[in-house]
Amino acid sequence: MKMQNKRIKALSAAIYFAFIVSSFVIGFKPGEQIGHNFISFSIEMLKLLPCAFILIGLFEVWVKRESVEKHLGKDSGAMGYALVILLAGTTVGGLYVAFPVAYSLFKKGAKLSVIFTYIGASAICRVPMVIFESSFMGIKFSLIRLIVSIPLVILSSVMLGNYLAKRHYRIMEGK
Amino acid sequence: MYYLYSVTGLALLISIIIDRKKTLTAIKISYKKFINIIPAFLTMLILVSIVLFFVSDRMISTYIGNNDKYIGVIVASLFGSIALMPGFIAFPLCGILLKKGVSYMVLSSLTTTLMMVGILTYPIEKEYFGVKVTIIRNVISFFIALIVSLSIGIFFNEIL
Repeated sequence: MKMQNKRIKALSAAIYFAFIVSSFVIGFKPGEQIGHNFISFSIEMLKLLPCAFILIGLFEVWVKRESVEKHLGKDSGAMGYALVILLAGTTVGGLYVAFPVAYSLFKKGAKLSVIFTYIGASAICRVPMVIFESSFMGIKFSLIRLIVSIPLVILSSVMLGNYLAKRHYRIMEGK
Repeated sequence: MYYLYSVTGLALLISIIIDRKKTLTAIKISYKKFINIIPAFLTMLILVSIVLFFVSDRMISTYIGNNDKYIGVIVASLFGSIALMPGFIAFPLCGILLKKGVSYMVLSSLTTTLMMVGILTYPIEKEYFGVKVTIIRNVISFFIALIVSLSIGIFFNEIL
């Protein structure tokens, strides 16, 4: 089943790239547009991802499990959420960078509600993004958005974390 | 962007100075993790490139601009959930729409769902957290975005 799934995926990707290449060859505009989208987004991510993963690697090697457990683990309390929101503020990119970081934090002993807070917060309160946002939408807009959404993110993360802990949720292995 | 490069460079440098061997292990871990997740990223990029062809920013502006406010909120939140747009495109677009008279409420539902709900990042999220958690988190995020948008509406006196 898994193997078959992989084959279907590889086949679809091959069809996709064949479509893009032939679009460029015969000058099929929609196909060219899709190809441009693919390239520009790939470049955008390649600018961020290597750095993000190097930092994740350094984090895994240097940061001790005990200190993550102590500050972000089961008994961390309000400080844990505050810390992780600060960390989220400095995260770059978007959700696709936050996922691997959150995963590493979890592997090192951070509790579920804390990592969901991290994911949510890195979506909504990355500092450079908020500054950019407020320059277009006004400070009032950004402030209301943050003041309303951060408590909701924490609350829903706590609920989701508790629910999953009760169900003995296991995270994927070896990513 | 540059601050990420400087932070990464500095962190690497310090790490090498303190312990060369450990740094090498870190690089190996980074490499392995990166390679492992590349297929998921590729899936996402393929989806993004196709979806953005059908859901362009011009299309978003025509659809959310010419509607009733509440329908606008719903439509904007659906666009925001489906699309994946970096902030440097999304916010200038919202700035333009704001000048055209689109309400703050509608724009907040667009930006917040763009940030929090990721249908296109699903292939990556599920690799790390599984299908169930990915779906739950995205549904919760969608409702948070709606609540945020209503609050924006209240504070900007857009709700009658």
